[in-house]
Parts: sequence; C-alpha cells; structure tokens
Amino acid sequence: MTENETIETSADRSALQTRNRKEQVSPDPDLTTIVIEPREGWRRLDLVELYQYRDLYWFYTWRSIKVRYAQSAIGIGWAVIQPVFSMLVFNIVFGKLAKIESEGVPYAIFSFTALVPWTYFSNAVSEGTNSLVTGANMISKVYFPRLILPLSAVTAKLLDFVIAMGVLALLMIWFQVVPTWGILATPLLVIIMVLTASGLGSWLTALAVQYRDIKHAMTFVIQLMMYAAPVVYPTSLIPEKWQYLYALNPMVAVIEGFRSALLGTRPMPWDFIAIGGVMSVVIAITGLVYFRNRERLFADVA
Amino acid sequence: MTTPLISVQGLSKAYRIGLKDEIPDTFMGAMTDWMKAPMRNWKRLRQLNTFHKEVASAYSASASGAGENSPYDGGLSTEIATDIVWALKDISFDVNEGEVVGIIGHNGAGKSTLLKVLSRITDPTQGRAVIRGRVSSLLEVGTGFHAELTGRENVYMNGTILGMTKREIDSKFDAIVEFSGVSKFLDTPVKRYSSGMKVRLAFAVAAHLDPEILIIDEVLAVGDAGFQRKCIGKMQDVAESGRTVLFVSHNAVALRNLCHRGILLRGGKSVMDGPLTDVLDHYLSDLSSLAQDQDLERRSDRDGKGDVRLRRIDFLDGRGMQASTFATGQPMTLSILLSNAANSPHCALRVFDERGQFVLFLDSRLHSIDDHLPNISTDQLQCSLPELLLMPGTYRIDAELYANGSRQDQVKAAATIEIGSGRLQGRPLKERNHLPLIAHPHRWAYQEV
Repeated sequence: MTENETIETSADRSALQTRNRKEQVSPDPDLTTIVIEPREGWRRLDLVELYQYRDLYWFYTWRSIKVRYAQSAIGIGWAVIQPVFSMLVFNIVFGKLAKIESEGVPYAIFSFTALVPWTYFSNAVSEGTNSLVTGANMISKVYFPRLILPLSAVTAKLLDFVIAMGVLALLMIWFQVVPTWGILATPLLVIIMVLTASGLGSWLTALAVQYRDIKHAMTFVIQLMMYAAPVVYPTSLIPEKWQYLYALNPMVAVIEGFRSALLGTRPMPWDFIAIGGVMSVVIAITGLVYFRNRERLFADVA
Repeated sequence: MTTPLISVQGLSKAYRIGLKDEIPDTFMGAMTDWMKAPMRNWKRLRQLNTFHKEVASAYSASASGAGENSPYDGGLSTEIATDIVWALKDISFDVNEGEVVGIIGHNGAGKSTLLKVLSRITDPTQGRAVIRGRVSSLLEVGTGFHAELTGRENVYMNGTILGMTKREIDSKFDAIVEFSGVSKFLDTPVKRYSSGMKVRLAFAVAAHLDPEILIIDEVLAVGDAGFQRKCIGKMQDVAESGRTVLFVSHNAVALRNLCHRGILLRGGKSVMDGPLTDVLDHYLSDLSSLAQDQDLERRSDRDGKGDVRLRRIDFLDGRGMQASTFATGQPMTLSILLSNAANSPHCALRVFDERGQFVLFLDSRLHSIDDHLPNISTDQLQCSLPELLLMPGTYRIDAELYANGSRQDQVKAAATIEIGSGRLQGRPLKERNHLPLIAHPHRWAYQEV
C-alpha cells in the first residue's frame, strides 16, 4: 500500500512540474473555449452567461407556473385565496377585536394592500429557497447557471402578485378608495420588492442546499417576519426614533409605499424608500454573489 | 498541427469521505461542532481556510513523501489526508477533433466524476481542462422532464436545459419528433407515457444536440433492444460526422462499435490509453483477475442498499465439491453465500465471455416450477446447471442481490470460471480456433428409407 503511494506521489510531483511549465494555450478564434480549473477567491457574477441561458430561464419560469396549478380544481385561483383569507382573518382579529388603528380607511383594505406584496414576498422567498432542493437532480446531471433556479422561482410568483393586485383593484372599487398620484411610484416599489425577494432567496437557497434546517425554519421565520413589517398595523405605531431602524427592512418601504399610493393614508414615504432601496440592492448583490460562490459545492453536497 | 479540442492536464478531484456527513447538515450540528472543537477548528482555519486549500496542503504533504511518520506537521496532515478520497488523480489526456473515446473502468474508478468535471457540474480540486467548442453532456436522459408537461413542452424544457436555444429547438423539432416516434402523443402529459416512450422522446432530444463535443454516460442502458440499436446507429452517425465524443459505458459491444480509442481508469487514475480493442481487452482481463479474490466482502466497488451483502460465490461440481475449472457438458452448481440471512433473497447473475459479450442470465426472480424457493430466511442460494452449455473459455460473473424489496448489492466480476473443453452428452467438442458461440445438445440420425 505504502509502496503504491510513493509511486503515485512521484508521479504527482512531476505532473505538478509539467503543469507549471505548460504555457497558456491560444484557442481557435471561432470556437468558444471553456477552461475548467479549481477556482478560489470571489467569483464575479457572470451575467453574460446568464443572458445566454435566457431561454431556459423563461421555460423554467413558465414550467413552474404551469406545474404548480396543474391538476388543481381552482388552479390560479389559489393566488387569490391566500391573501383574501388572511385579510378576512386579520380583519376580524386585528380590525374588529384588537381594533388596531387603520389610518382612516377600512381595516380590510388597509391590511389587504399590505398583504398583496407581503404574500408575494414570503412565497417568492420560500419557493426560491426550495428551488435548488427540488432541482437537486438537475444540478447533479447538467451544467447551467444555477442562479436560474431561484431567480425563475421569484419571477414565477409575480403572476400571483399581478392577480392579487387585480383583486385589490376590485376591493378599492368596492370600498370606493381613490388612488393618489403616488401610484406612479409603484413600479419602483415592485422593483424593490423583487430585488429583496431575489436577494434573500439567493442567500437562503445557497444556505439551504447545505443546511436543510433552513427549509424547516423558513416557514415560521417568515411568519414572524410579517410582524416586523407593517402588515397588520401602520408604521405610525412605531416610536419615531426607531422608525429608520425599522425601515432597514425593505418591505417597510414597499408596504407603506403601496398604502400611500393606493389608499392615500399617508404621504409617500420617500425616506423609507431610499433606505429600503439601498438595502434591497445590498441584499440582492450580496445574495447573488454569495450564491455564485457557493454554487460549485452544490453538486457535491446536494 | 491541430490543437486538441479537449485537453486535460493533471486533473484531480477530491471528496471528503462522506462529504454529506462531514460538513454538518444542520446549523445546530455546525454550532455544536464549532463549540466542541474550537481548537481543532482554529487549527484548520489557520492553516486551511478553504476546502481547496485543505486538499492542496494534503496534496503537497503527500507529494513531499509524508507518511504516518511525517516530520512535517504533527500528524495534522495525515489526519486530513485520510478523510479525503481522490475520485480522480492526475488525469491527463488530449482528445483531437473527431475522435470517439471510450472511458472504461469499473464502478468507482472515477468515470462519472471525470465526466462531471468535464461537463462543469463540479469543479476539479487540482489541474485544469481546456475545452474548445460547445459541449453537451448527457449524464442522464430526460433531465428536467416533468410528468405534468406534455411531450411538446418537455422537448423544449429538456432542450433548453441541455443548452439549446428556443430557436434551435424550433428548427429541429420535427426531426426530434420523428426520431422519437411519439408524434401522436405530443400533446399528452408525459405522465401518461409508457416509460419506453419517455426514454425515446428524451433520447431524441439529446440526439439532436449539435455541439462540437458530446459527453455521454451509459444512456444506452435504457429502452428496448430495437430502440437501443437505433440509438447506437444515431451515435455512430454522430461519431462519423466528425463530432468529438467521450463515451462511458460498461457495454463492451457498444464500445467496440463506437469508439476508436479507449482510456482505462482505475482508482481515479488513468492506467491505459490506446486503441479501444487493446484497452478493452486489458479491462476485461483485469476484471477477471479482480474476481480471483473470492472474498467479496473485501470488494469496495459495489452498489446497492447494503443491508445484506454478497459474501462469496463458489462453484460446485457434480459431487458437490468445490472446483474452479469445469468442462462443457458437466453439471455445475453455483453456491452464493450472503453476509447474513435475509428473507427470500433473490439473485441475478450475468455471465460474460472474454470479449465482454453477455452470454447467460441466471435470475431467481424469474420463476420456474422446478425452483425450490420457499418463503424462508436464509443466507445461501444455489443455482444448479444440469449441464454446462458454455464453450471453452474464461467467463466472468456479475452478481446482483435483491432482498426486502430492493437491490441490496451489486458486484461486477464477482467470480470467474474457467471452462475447458469437454463432452456434451458424450460428444466431443471441436476445440481449436473458431469456436461457435454456444454448445447445444443435439442428436443425429439417419432417416430410414
């Protein structure tokens, strides 16, 4: 056995030397060249490659949408049921029983305006986090930019969001609430929301592949997080001096922004949006970069 | 001079033994581990920040000739070196344009790891590989297939996963459908397909990839015989069209048909590289020599669940005595011993000749009324052959064991058997060159006028 090893090691050493001597190979210009070698340090986000695989991204997004509602009686209706029922329960518990102040609009629409982005956020994050575990088989068999999995999960959930927004519009007509000009800011709010979900999704996905606890913890952590965002209560309940700290959660800006734009309960919270916007970009970039750097371990660990 | 399309230099890949367990699976596990052994962790962190560095240091430690008595650094390096397994060690080869190369080796030799590294699924630990051109790798047929989607949708899904763009699939769609032969069911969800149809559709997608380099892992092990022939035909077309192909298979016939060159891997190292027939012969004789070791419990190149293992396979002659050489026409009994008793275990034995041709299949799951397999717990099975119809030569036997409803064990080349020239029902066999494939009992007669 030891004999064998000494033979190996001398071979290894000579191989190392030849490798060091080897000059850089110049590739044919017409062929794409892939160099496979151990990579250390930080990897940059390869956005070009991501773009090359855009068809896969769309198909995968579309597949998740189609598969999710296949063979279910209500189909896409589930996208409506979840926030509507939460709203009904909140309306009874927080609106009628606890009598939480809802800034002059009916509590039902007050909470529903927050529940639409919040439901998107929580579903997108949990879906994104599960995406690699459910796609583990693909990861170990084919190469493609792994980021496609959480990103398309986050994208697929946007359909639910749009449908829930439609329900919100109906509710606004029912309660005769007129949106303000702040509605023009909603695309910005949606961007913040999607960035935060993608970033957090990537963070948790990369962790979830290795630590399965994330999957178990996530459901209730996200539920707890709901109380750290102004979903069932207005931000005005938070003491003034803590509000900026509170706004580090980008969903605070998103929810309060939605309320301002659609219900006009408060002026547009530009300060929150600035803080939340920066935070969402930070979360997204760190999340994507962290993901890229854990990526190489996925096939070995998953 | 042409530059090789694939150029692999000193490629190595290390895994920690039981990587899944070694890296704590839970945060709590990680936390307690971290609190229990801060000293060890600190040592590791100080010296070996990342896995790669850790391996690199183990690598250099072993390269500097360090064994257990290393003066190098107080035992730490040996501790690290022992929990690392080299799935690939220092593999180097070049593949030129148009070459069809077969990668050969037994289970655990590193074939699949090599393909995974070359198809960028996992990173190597050492060394580098340069690939010039588009690569498509088929480590499995039908990756990304989803039962709820229709055949048409799955073609697009699978195609994009394999690296095609939508436009490419559009242009090849008709050819794919035609090749698969499932055109009638294109708009039916795949969950209603038979497994054969699914495989045909999946292979059809894969067969229409148009890369410069194709990496294939034993996809031929699927489908019925007719479709397998069709697949081999298609792959031959691919090979002849000047595409570069890396092909991993156990199927000696397919290898012979497709490849010109073979690379033999053993224990993660490349031990032979040359014309396919030479390499394959070497591999097959290698298998036979492996089987000389009758104690199967020492073998590590096995597969299956592992609650029960194959312990040994003995050959008994007509008088029930152990023997290793037999002659055509003699009775023989195979006695299979298991590591422990199991409830009605079943065994499948595949017998291959020297050329790797699959000649005989003995499977206890295929019942006959002559079988005596009562529902009891036992650790021994016997398979009796009243007369051997095998021609003289050396045969190897791959064995699989089934118990408790799942495959418990699989050992390739679990045993070899030498068959000498004999008599079949008293009739001598022609024993020189040009042996026929089988011996068959027969009787001649003159028809009386």
